[in-house]
Amino acid sequence: MSLNIIVLAKQVPDTRNVGKDAMKEDGTINRAALPAIFNPEDLNALEQALRIKDENPGSKVTLLTMGLPRASEIIREAIFRGADAGIVLTDRTLGGADTLATSYSLAQAVKKFGNYDIILGGRQAIDGDTAQVGPQIAEKLGIPQVTYAEEILGINDGKVTVRRRLEHGVETVVAPLPCVVTVNGSAADCRPRNARRLMKYKYAVSTSEKAKLSAEDQAFVDARPYLNIEEWSAAFVEADPEQIGLAGSPTKVKAIENVVFTAKESRRLENNDEQIEDLIKELITNHTIG
Amino acid sequence: MAEQNNLIVYCEYDEGKVADVSLELLTKGRVLADRLGVKLEAVVIGDKLEGIESQVFPYGVDTLYKVEDARLFPYTSNPHAAVLINLFKEIKPQICLMGATCIGRDLGPRVSSCLHSGLTADCTSLEIGDHKDPKTGKEYTDLLYQIRPAFGGNIVATIVNPDCRPQMATVREGVMKKEIRDANYKGEIVNLEPSKYVKDEDFVVEIIDRHIEKSKVNIKGAPIVVAGGYGVGSKENFQLLFDLANTLGGEVGASRAAVDAGFIEHDRQIGQTGVTVRPKLYIACGISGQIQHIAGMQESSIIISINNDPDAPINTIADYVITGNMEDVVPKLIKYYKKNSK
Repeated sequence: MSLNIIVLAKQVPDTRNVGKDAMKEDGTINRAALPAIFNPEDLNALEQALRIKDENPGSKVTLLTMGLPRASEIIREAIFRGADAGIVLTDRTLGGADTLATSYSLAQAVKKFGNYDIILGGRQAIDGDTAQVGPQIAEKLGIPQVTYAEEILGINDGKVTVRRRLEHGVETVVAPLPCVVTVNGSAADCRPRNARRLMKYKYAVSTSEKAKLSAEDQAFVDARPYLNIEEWSAAFVEADPEQIGLAGSPTKVKAIENVVFTAKESRRLENNDEQIEDLIKELITNHTIG
Repeated sequence: MAEQNNLIVYCEYDEGKVADVSLELLTKGRVLADRLGVKLEAVVIGDKLEGIESQVFPYGVDTLYKVEDARLFPYTSNPHAAVLINLFKEIKPQICLMGATCIGRDLGPRVSSCLHSGLTADCTSLEIGDHKDPKTGKEYTDLLYQIRPAFGGNIVATIVNPDCRPQMATVREGVMKKEIRDANYKGEIVNLEPSKYVKDEDFVVEIIDRHIEKSKVNIKGAPIVVAGGYGVGSKENFQLLFDLANTLGGEVGASRAAVDAGFIEHDRQIGQTGVTVRPKLYIACGISGQIQHIAGMQESSIIISINNDPDAPINTIADYVITGNMEDVVPKLIKYYKKNSK
């Protein structure tokens, strides 16, 4: 059985290691100094999608992302690893969206895409850690959701069997297709780039990237449809302007503060036997330990 | 039906017990409801809910909605979402709080999407305050300030939902404190007829197997936490931390970097994306002190930082700083504790 699989992915700033160089003098974050990466759990989702494709020859994996035009970078990355195609939903009017406006926009793109059997995505993105977009898209599409997936065990008779990893255990569920499955970081790592695919797709470009190429290079890409990464606008997916971007977001950011912790007066100890023994004695005396 | 525009907490319930995180939210919810002058309500959806009121009323719950049906336990997304959506359309709460658990984080977005109400995940603080829209100048009173870390914990954002109701927020376990309001507090029980709130076709996802593993780790309740970071260097070196924890009668925790590096399992992670701890002694070994980690342990009574780097950020909030290799220092702590504790 061949399946039409959508993988939702996001290009995110790498917030995991915000070093000193990424902080501006006023203590705010210099976002430009952070590398833009493929959201880690979306890679776990891509791997599950590619495994479904391996099991079900003839299946097609399409990456769908919403973001800046440069998000085509993660689509190329996904194609190098085995995805068939990708779509960048990009439009100035989509900017400033909260999770609800994002879900609406992506759900509109999924509707435009049409015939799909299953939608996979990472549990959450590391820049927001909300885990809301997957379930909200499921609701907008009126289909079931399975969150916290660790492994897709199989697809049979129009149903998917999924093992979920929860805080206090493991659950195996069966959900009817189509549905949304969000994948945990504890799932299998994504396979690496495939050298043959890298050769074949390294010149894949999005519509706006193509526009910047020379006429000769444009003709090269035009002659090879598989090198074209589609860009979709808000109007193309028939998104209601009232429901997208900042205007379509019920949550508003009232204030942003840098985190400042109250510094304590620390006692500095040398790493020698005497001082460490004194510390232990002190902690025993004041009943902190023992 | 009770008065409208109250504050409601979705309570998780398993094996005869209301989850700690739900009781923590009832505690916070009671304070916020008092501030707003509204009722505190709770909703429990599941099976075998008899007597559950005795667990929630002491937290100051005025109305407990019970929705009981064998098919509503264990939790699945659509049926629980359907109950909340239909109930909220009826009672129109102004605020809804849920645990930022696997259940709350699965349920909250589905409900908020359907009701088109804003939802803020993983709040670390909730307050009531006013708001003026910077563009329209429109003024709002008594909104819920949903305060949460953003951008990997490097900034803290205050989020408001000016126009949409309910204002929804999730909070992780251990972030709020659990406190009984009045052991004899009496609220009203409202039993809701399940068939009016959930349809047969909502039961689409079938659970075919469920293994609940009681977590062997209890860092949240441990009086002493020995935590390791990326600087511990390896899985093998973490054994030293276990030795120290066992000697002192504590538990081992870790920073996200150590968990991501595979040195230790995720259920020991401390910080914004892990658990929040408040032990009487916190020993940080090889932890540089990313904001998201500090947020999960800064309320510890005494903090000792052991780090090679004398300028590690965590040192600024530590009571004692030992500059050195944790592989050197930890065995000394064990040795001198054994020598002096008798």
